[in-house]
Order: sequence, then structure tokens, then C-alpha cells
Amino acid sequence: MIYRETGQFKTSYRSDQSIFPIVQDRWAIYLMVAVAYLIIPFAANEYWLQAILIPFLIFTMAALGLNLLTGYAGQLSLGTGGFMAVGAYAAYKLTTMFPAVPMPLVFLAAGLVTAVVGIVFGLPSLRIKGLYLAVATLAAQFFLIWLFNRVGWFYNYNPSGTITAPPRTFLGIMVTGPEATAPVRYLVCLTFVAVFALLAKNMVRSEIGRTWMAIRDMDIAAEIIGIRPLTTKLSAFAISSFYCGVSGALFLFLYLGSIETQAFDITVSFEVLFMVIIGGMGSILGSFIGAGFISLMPILLTNAPHWIGLEMPVDLAKELEAIIFGGLIIFFLIVEPHGLARLWQIGKEKLRRWPFPY
Amino acid sequence: MSEWLTAIFISPFLDMASGPIFFAEVVISGLLAGVMYSMVALGFVLIFKASGVFNFSQGVMVLFAALTLVGLMERGVPLWLALLLTVAVMITLAYAIERVMLRQLVNQDPFTLLMATIGLNFFLEGTGELLWGSNVKKLDVGIPEDSLEVAGMLLNKFDLIAAVIAAVLVTVLAVLSQKTKIGRALRAVADDHQAATAVGIPLTTIWVTVWAVSGIVALVAGIMWGAKSGVQFSLSLIALKALPVLILGGLTSIPGAIVGGLIIGVGEKVAEVYWGPVLGGAIENWFAYVLAMVFLMFRPHGLFGEEIIERV
Repeated sequence: MIYRETGQFKTSYRSDQSIFPIVQDRWAIYLMVAVAYLIIPFAANEYWLQAILIPFLIFTMAALGLNLLTGYAGQLSLGTGGFMAVGAYAAYKLTTMFPAVPMPLVFLAAGLVTAVVGIVFGLPSLRIKGLYLAVATLAAQFFLIWLFNRVGWFYNYNPSGTITAPPRTFLGIMVTGPEATAPVRYLVCLTFVAVFALLAKNMVRSEIGRTWMAIRDMDIAAEIIGIRPLTTKLSAFAISSFYCGVSGALFLFLYLGSIETQAFDITVSFEVLFMVIIGGMGSILGSFIGAGFISLMPILLTNAPHWIGLEMPVDLAKELEAIIFGGLIIFFLIVEPHGLARLWQIGKEKLRRWPFPY
Repeated sequence: MSEWLTAIFISPFLDMASGPIFFAEVVISGLLAGVMYSMVALGFVLIFKASGVFNFSQGVMVLFAALTLVGLMERGVPLWLALLLTVAVMITLAYAIERVMLRQLVNQDPFTLLMATIGLNFFLEGTGELLWGSNVKKLDVGIPEDSLEVAGMLLNKFDLIAAVIAAVLVTVLAVLSQKTKIGRALRAVADDHQAATAVGIPLTTIWVTVWAVSGIVALVAGIMWGAKSGVQFSLSLIALKALPVLILGGLTSIPGAIVGGLIIGVGEKVAEVYWGPVLGGAIENWFAYVLAMVFLMFRPHGLFGEEIIERV
């Protein structure tokens, strides 16, 4: 009854092509952005911001990147963790070499460095396809992690082998380092995710996204109608890696503060892939839902026994967590193989006709 | 810089030429290590051929089988009975997987199926450790570990026995798939699902069979790996070792899994011995992948993989 577009006429091409054609949707988004910017930084406590919202936003960024590559361009990649590591290490090297450069620029530059690395590791995609490519991208994962572990230059010859985000200010406010407050970190993350989600949405609606989808659906047919596989596949790898790189840089600077290469091992790649698949392949909204689901579920599973007053040994809890996590993933794949975003789509259709279905 | 280049491009080859016996020893130990990779890769290939599922959980199945066997033996069950019971467990597992998971996911795209097996990976890992504990266990099935001298080279008896077992395993599988009725049905399903169902081959039975067979292959691999390095969580990571073997040999080919394993085994050992020190060691994590990728550049479907002919 309330959720209905009757009477909303489109009188210009502009309004016809808007991202949220339905007025209610648009208002809901405005409201969510307003809440995210104006209320959450002040209302939420340190724990919520630092342990839940910031990782959620960072993983959303990575999931967006992988979704562009896997969901839109159809190239399955298991190297996300490696690309995130490139972003983190690039940002670290850049800011220690040029301390005066403002932090957001450093993050973007780290993304560009990752994009170049992504192109290099994307080259095999021109020859190898499908599952063979997925396994080949693992080469990127293992090689990059090994490289950052072995070559001292990347971690400034620090004896412990860890890299630590140095304190940096932007516009007079402390953004990174141990001194930066949680709301500030949160707002930086939020801004990055908001801007890049909007960019991603527009990319997939425009020419580049359409060529990606053509390649995904059938690359030979796409080639015949004049889409270049070389530029299309490599641009997908570059842009996806850019997102993953920025996400990795944020992961180091705004979330953990200090990391070793282990933080980016293969489990991270799988987690991000889970986000994309559970959320919905080829859906920007799905990246958000998937990231929320996968990054929040372990927290929920760890805390749930406490809430119902059940105490159990740590290793038992860990094993149960793995079982439930695995079980839920299988469950969701069976119930809705197209991801949670599809469930939302179906719910929306139902809502439009509610309460008077024909 | 030039020193470094020499260390990469010249001196390893000089080393090889100056110590042929040592080189042969390295190659043979690589071949034998490769056999162990092949055993894990075999399980992948069996399932992929018959159901098109890229079973990521094969590594955990190896761990699960080994854990069950060790757990039973620790509780005083004699070896032969423990083996039988573990085989029974693996068959039950195959049945359960088909019932609960595969049947619901028929006709989904390969990515979704891959993800489902990764979910299964977590599930089995948790279950195995929940049931049998997560500490390192020793598995002793009475295989000698001492060395043997053949033509001036020191070889490990254990590795030789592993090679013999792998050869027996492959022969049995080959006979099963070529000479028996169920083997013919398996090959029919692998060739074409629809045609196979049309002539009356029950797809679900076939799936249960291949998952059970690859569960038993996992058990054999688990025994060999477990006896070599103890039964522990890291056993499930050998799946990551088997993946490059798999794509190098081709996802659909059993001989490919063997040849791929041998190539990766030798390549890895030789690289580790001759190039490892220059590159800073621990290169075995990625070397296999890079090697496999080089092969894929020339043969995108692996050495023996079925070439997919694409038409518009």
C-alpha cells in the first residue's frame, strides 16, 4: 500500500535513468545515509564502531571489488587476500616515504598500485577460463604473501616483520594511528564505501559494465559483436583490484592498525568470495548484504552462547562455529543460490502488491 | 645484480651438472613426493568427472578419514576393523552429502557448487575436530621409515611403498572404470549427464558411488600423509597442494592427476634445492602454482584435460 510507484511519472530521460526510480526507495536511501553519517558516529559506542561497523564497511569495499570481477565480468578469483595485502603494503610504503601526502590520496594511490598488480595477475585470464583460472589466481595469493614476508623493503626492515599504521592527520584531524578516534575512522571508511559503491553502481550501468556482462555471459559471442576481450577482462581485473587494494589499505590503517601478512591469507579470499556469493553475484546491494552477513555472523556465533547464559570451552565453541558457519552457507546456497539480494528483490515485488494481491 | 642473475640463471645448472647423483636423488624424491600429491588429486578428479563438482573439501575429507581411523585405533579397535569402520563412515558420508547437499543443487552453476563444497569444508573440519579432538595424533600402520640404497642414491622406503600403493590404487580404479558395469555407468555419466539418465542410469546412485570412492581414496591418502607427518589440522591444507596438480594435469583426467603430480613434485623439489636459497626459501607455497600457470599458458585445459569447444 505504501510501497507503490503508481502515479510517479517520469518526464525526463534523467529521471528515467535514475538509480532508484521509485520515490520510496530514494527516500529510504537518503534516510539510511543520513543515519549513517549523522546519528551512528555519535550514538554508537567504541565497540560497535571498531569491532562491527568498520570491518563491515571495509569488507563491503572488498566484496564490491570482487563482485565487479566475478559477478559482472565472470572471472572467478581467489586472490582477493593477496590484492588486499598489496593495497595495505603499498599504502604503508607510500605514507612512510611521503609523510606529507594527505591520507585519502595515499589510499587512492595504493588502490592504483594494486590495480597495476591486478592487471599483471589478470593476464592469464586471456588464455585460461573458469575453474582453471580460479586456481591460477591462487598463484597471486600465495606469491604476493610470500613476497611481502620475504622482502624486507616492504616492511621497512622492521625486525618483527609487522607493519604499523603511522599517525597521520587530515585537515587537522587525526585519521590514523593509535590516537585516531573510532568515529573518525568510521566516517573515513563510510565515505570511501559510499563514494565507491555509487561509482560501482554507475560503472555497471554504463558501457564498461555492459561489456563486462557480455564477456561474462558468453565471451566468444561478445568478441564477435566487437567487444575486445583483452581490454574488458583486464579493465575488470584492474578496477576490481583497485577496490580490493583500497579495502586492504583501510583494513591496515583504520581497522587493525598493525598487521602481519597472515591477516591477508587465503581465508580472507574465501570470506570475501562467500560475501559475494551469499550476497548475490552481480549485485551491488548484494555486496553490502553479503559483507554484513559474513562479517557479523562469526561475532554473533561467538557471543550467542553468552547471551543465553551458556558457557563452553573455547575450542568447542570454535568447532561449533565452524560447523554452523559451514552448515549455514550450504543452507543459503540451497535455499537461494542467487544470493540474499534476490530474496530482497522477491520481497520487494511482494511488498508492492501488499495487502491486495490479485 | 649480475651476481644475483648468475645465481638464478647459471650456477644452479652448474650444480646439477657437477653432482649428477645428487641431482638424480632430488628428482627421485620429487617424483615420490609427487605421488603423494597425486593421491589427493585423484579424489578431486573422480568427483569432477562424474558430477562436475569441483570438490574443494577433498583435503578435509582426507583429514576426516585419517582422524576417524586414528580416533578408532586410539580407542583400542584393531587396525583391520578400524579400516573397515572408516570405509563405512566415508560411504555414509557420501550418502549424506548426496542426500542433503548435491540433490538440492542440481543444475546450479559450477561456482555455486564450488562454494557449497567450501561450506562443506568448514562443516567437516569442525565435525572432525569435535568428534576426535584437535591435537596432533600419531598414526602407525607399520610402514618402515628407514632408508634404502639403490645405485648410490639414498631413498626412503616409506616413499617407495607410497608409490607402490598409489600404483595399486590407480590400477584398481582403472580396472573398476573399464571392466565393471558400475564403471561403465560412471563413464557414461561423466560423458553426458542427460544421455546417461535417458538410457536409465540412476544419477543419484552414481553420485553416491563416486563420492564414496573418492572418500576411500581420501582415506588411503590420509593414511599415507598421516603416517608421514602425523594426523593434524594441517593435513586439510594438502588440498591446496593438490590444486596446481589438478589444473596442470587437467581437471577431467586420471592420468593427468598422476603426471601432474609427478611434474609438480619434481619441479618443486628441484626449485627448492637449487633456486630456494637465492630466492629466500619457502618458495614451495607458490612455486607449484606458477609452474602450473606456465603449463596452462600453452594448454589452457591442462595437459590431458578435456578441451571445451565453445560455439556461439
